[in-house]
Amino acid sequence: MVNTVNEKNMEMKRDRQKKIREKLMFGLFTLCMLAVVIPTLLIIGFIVVKGIGTVNWSFLTEMPRMGMKEGGIFPAIVGTLYLVLGTIIFSLPLGVGAAIYLTEYAKQGRLTRLIRIAVLNLAGVPSVVYGLFGLGLFVFFMGFGSSILAGSLTLACLILPIIITTSEEAIKSVPDSYREASLALGASKWETIARVVLPLAIPGIMTGGILGIGRAAGETAPILLTVAAFFIPRLPGSVFDQVMALPYHLYIVSTQVPGMPESIKYGTALVLLGVVGVFFAFATIIRLKFKQMSHLD
Amino acid sequence: MSVVQNMEAIIEVKNLDLYYGDFQALKKIDTSIEKNKVSALIGPSGCGKSTFLRTLNRMNDLISGVTTKGEVTFEGREIYDQDLDVVALRRKIGMVFQKPNPFPKSIYENVAYGPRRSGVKNKKDLDQIVEESLKEAALWEEVKDRLNKSALGLSGGQQQRLCIARALAMKPQVLLMDEPTSALDPIATNRIEDLITQLKEHYTIVIVTHSMHQAARISDKTAFFLMGELIEQGDTDKIFTTPRDQRTEDYVTGRFG
Repeated sequence: MVNTVNEKNMEMKRDRQKKIREKLMFGLFTLCMLAVVIPTLLIIGFIVVKGIGTVNWSFLTEMPRMGMKEGGIFPAIVGTLYLVLGTIIFSLPLGVGAAIYLTEYAKQGRLTRLIRIAVLNLAGVPSVVYGLFGLGLFVFFMGFGSSILAGSLTLACLILPIIITTSEEAIKSVPDSYREASLALGASKWETIARVVLPLAIPGIMTGGILGIGRAAGETAPILLTVAAFFIPRLPGSVFDQVMALPYHLYIVSTQVPGMPESIKYGTALVLLGVVGVFFAFATIIRLKFKQMSHLD
Repeated sequence: MSVVQNMEAIIEVKNLDLYYGDFQALKKIDTSIEKNKVSALIGPSGCGKSTFLRTLNRMNDLISGVTTKGEVTFEGREIYDQDLDVVALRRKIGMVFQKPNPFPKSIYENVAYGPRRSGVKNKKDLDQIVEESLKEAALWEEVKDRLNKSALGLSGGQQQRLCIARALAMKPQVLLMDEPTSALDPIATNRIEDLITQLKEHYTIVIVTHSMHQAARISDKTAFFLMGELIEQGDTDKIFTTPRDQRTEDYVTGRFG
């Protein structure tokens, strides 16, 4: 009798401990989540609150005046748009092509492993090194000068590893049964890739695109060395022109011009966030469109 | 035996060896597939029957490290010839897989996929091919009002019949089926078995099956594989009633496998 009572007590105690442990772990993970979400919201909130008052139509569409202390940031917005577009044009086809080669065509072995490690390592190279590389190769050696072309190519190199790795994952996640079905119907390898594999991989590829765009739009060091101008109050006429760009402009107005009003700094930061947001939205729409296409109902 | 020789063989296999790296998966296979018959390949898991099926349309090419020796001829032509057009071969020898694998596209696009790849562009021609193929696969009545809906919305059995329709759209001469009903319920299985019996009028069918009952129900010829060897082959009723080899008898009577 005594024994069973004791056992019952022990069991209740164990249950209680278990419940406490459950609660503890749950709390811990919630804390982790909050530690990530709260700073993000704070940063965005901070910039929105401080910058929203400045952002209006004339700020977005006018040239800077009075040593950039007045007027708008139009040329910097346009410059960043051009750079991001140029970067996508160069990096997306190249990166996806390389990923297709690595996953679909290359014989898997030591060489492909080596290439993959090299690509991963490239992702870890500091961006200023890419800037220096772009300066040497595109600006001087290829003679593009400090220009949109040189800047886009440099940024493209920078985000290429991201595009390649995410595209590879996306392509690999397409089930082999679809490839087999297509080949068994007498489709060639390329037809199978173009008609079956890629449409299914596009949502995943777009995820890489989104990450890449975010980086390309926000990087300062590479464009500083290859394209960005301190101050040009006009729009570029060709891809061989220099442009102003939002991240570099933000750096300038924040540190290089004495007596710069706070509102312009935060306004510029907010616009940069907005531009990245617009590109994200585009990529997300494409992503969803292709997702729907593969699940029609 | 003389009866067998009078029949027209569409595929002939002589001395076929197949290796996955060092492992020999098929050993000295000699057989022939007869035109407009249903040939069943039976045997326990890992006996090589699926591997053998996939040698017939060179699907094993997709697996790295596979080497094939021996002769496989389709209508008198060696299919492991270096300069054979594999794409053209697969247009003539269609395949249906174990798990229904319709593309995540519309029902229409699934059936039109093959014809489109071989150059059919005219919408009317495609419409006609799609309708005929779906009718042949006994699916038309069920899907004719929702051809543009996703194929993934169909039931498993319907999906598998769609995969058959998709293969038939290429007007192949031979249809290879790799355990086409193993992922289906008994009713869906029945419908596919009925379909196979109808299809043999126009097509030569080679089917891999785990179910001896299925082989007995639908096939004219049966080949029994064991550990990479083709143990016994012949008319299905003979294999099931009076097998010559003890191992065949043990298998078909359910003593192992």
